Amino acid sequence: MTNIDNNTSQQPIIEIKDLVKTFHPKSGEVKALDGINLRVSQGDIYGIIGMSGAGKSTLVRCINLLEKPTSGHVFIDGQDISTLTEKELRTTRYSVGMIFQQFNLLMQRTAEKNILFPLEIAGVDKETAKKRTAELLELVSLPDKAKAYPAQLSGGQMQRIAIARALANNPKILLCDEATSALDPSTTRSILNLLKEINRKLGITIVIITHEMSVVEEICSHVAIIDESKIAEYGRVEDIFRNPKTEIAKKMIYSERELSPVAMGKNFYRIVFDEKSSSDSVMAKMIMETKSMVNILYADMKNIEGVTYGQMVIQLPEDELSASRAIQYLRSHQITVEEVDSHVG
Amino acid sequence: MWDSSMTTLIIQGTFETLYMTIASTFLAYVIGLPMGVLLVTSDSEGIVPMNLTNKVLNVVVNITRSIPFLILLIAVIPFTRLITGTSIGSTATIVPLVIAASPFIARLVESSIKEVDKGIIEASLSMGASPFQIVTKVMIPEAKPSLIIGAAIATTTILGYSAMAGIVGGGGLGDIAIRFGYYRYETGVMVVTVVLLVLVVQIFQEVGMKIAQKQDRRK
Repeated sequence: MTNIDNNTSQQPIIEIKDLVKTFHPKSGEVKALDGINLRVSQGDIYGIIGMSGAGKSTLVRCINLLEKPTSGHVFIDGQDISTLTEKELRTTRYSVGMIFQQFNLLMQRTAEKNILFPLEIAGVDKETAKKRTAELLELVSLPDKAKAYPAQLSGGQMQRIAIARALANNPKILLCDEATSALDPSTTRSILNLLKEINRKLGITIVIITHEMSVVEEICSHVAIIDESKIAEYGRVEDIFRNPKTEIAKKMIYSERELSPVAMGKNFYRIVFDEKSSSDSVMAKMIMETKSMVNILYADMKNIEGVTYGQMVIQLPEDELSASRAIQYLRSHQITVEEVDSHVG
Repeated sequence: MWDSSMTTLIIQGTFETLYMTIASTFLAYVIGLPMGVLLVTSDSEGIVPMNLTNKVLNVVVNITRSIPFLILLIAVIPFTRLITGTSIGSTATIVPLVIAASPFIARLVESSIKEVDKGIIEASLSMGASPFQIVTKVMIPEAKPSLIIGAAIATTTILGYSAMAGIVGGGGLGDIAIRFGYYRYETGVMVVTVVLLVLVVQIFQEVGMKIAQKQDRRK
């Protein structure tokens, strides 16, 4: 995303300031969000990731005020939306589309009529609305399903219709709440590709809520990791991926793949390659040049925004001198090396 | 005892029963449908929470629902007379029927609309739909199959109530059953009226179910 860097000086399209949301269920008080600050720039694909119960769904609902914040402010295009009247808020919502894990299509309406629905709400005239619906069906590559009811569509097709519906009123922002969590891996990929295409073609800013790091890696430009109602860490995906600072970020990056408890001990290092270094057999050279015995415990490749990253967990020799030589060798080849402790995995 | 005049009477009674049932159901929906919708939307979890309205409405519905129809029928006679100018006959019976059926219908509508997936309502809110648009474009259309089944139940229940009105000269098949079958021990008439009532209920119920099934797009 080349336009991001140029736009950093501009006003963010979404800005969240000191956001607090407290729920009052019968038993006491639950702080779902505790002092959230976040800026999303025009054209970003911003991932918000966290374990279930971390408060990420509440956060995304505060962006279009489906949840009213207990305190704090949400700005859309510089406008503090918490000060809007109900009517003004509804108009603002035309420009913030949203898709959901369960698609939430109107079951009694055909695909076409579902896409027409937000246009009816906004009072768009019939002729224009009909044309727009046809365009959108084309965009999500389902023109042949216009007359189908949601019950006759697959999960992926339903989400495509939901995306078309969310885009009907030409929103500036698209919010995705676990939009791929109910889909199988290959459908997930095709939906993510569609979102990427929408971002690129239409310049729509996308906010993605997910619990899967793979989704963030696949399409996000930025990520905020939310943990225990607070943002633990945020930044460009590649930076966070290369160099996660918080425990929770490390945990998310290692994802669900568990490192066996045996692997936890002394002298474990996580190393991250990028495309250049990974095509260069640095590991083999390092072993030969430093003559250290390296034990590879875990290795895997990821594609983040078109750049391939490799990550490995290795065990270096007990002997400090050869260990530090190995580390130095890797660092001199622009490879990120960090010690991994037993918290990870 | 069974002659052509009895046949005419029974045919007329059948039409009176249908007239009372259909007119009362229609009027009761005019009152009960908005009440049912309001019960859902004014709930603390609803789209326009109105605590006091919701409480008052619930109490009114519960009180009306707990009064036995026969008692209500007699108790509202002055009111019936005020509206229709008489307290006997089919048209007069419509008044207590509507009073008794409206809260019942409100509850049926409430439960149908509560079946609509919360996610769909949330999605509509996220698109900027107003509460009125949500009611007319989401809640009612999405609950349509269930609302139709509810209407079939309401119609048959009202038909049953209408037969009870025979006790105060309300007209219709119930009236004939009481006057001839009960007071004059004419078992034949009793059997015929009961069979006719059963038939009419069957027809309403079956037709309602068929329409609901056809309207259901959830597969």
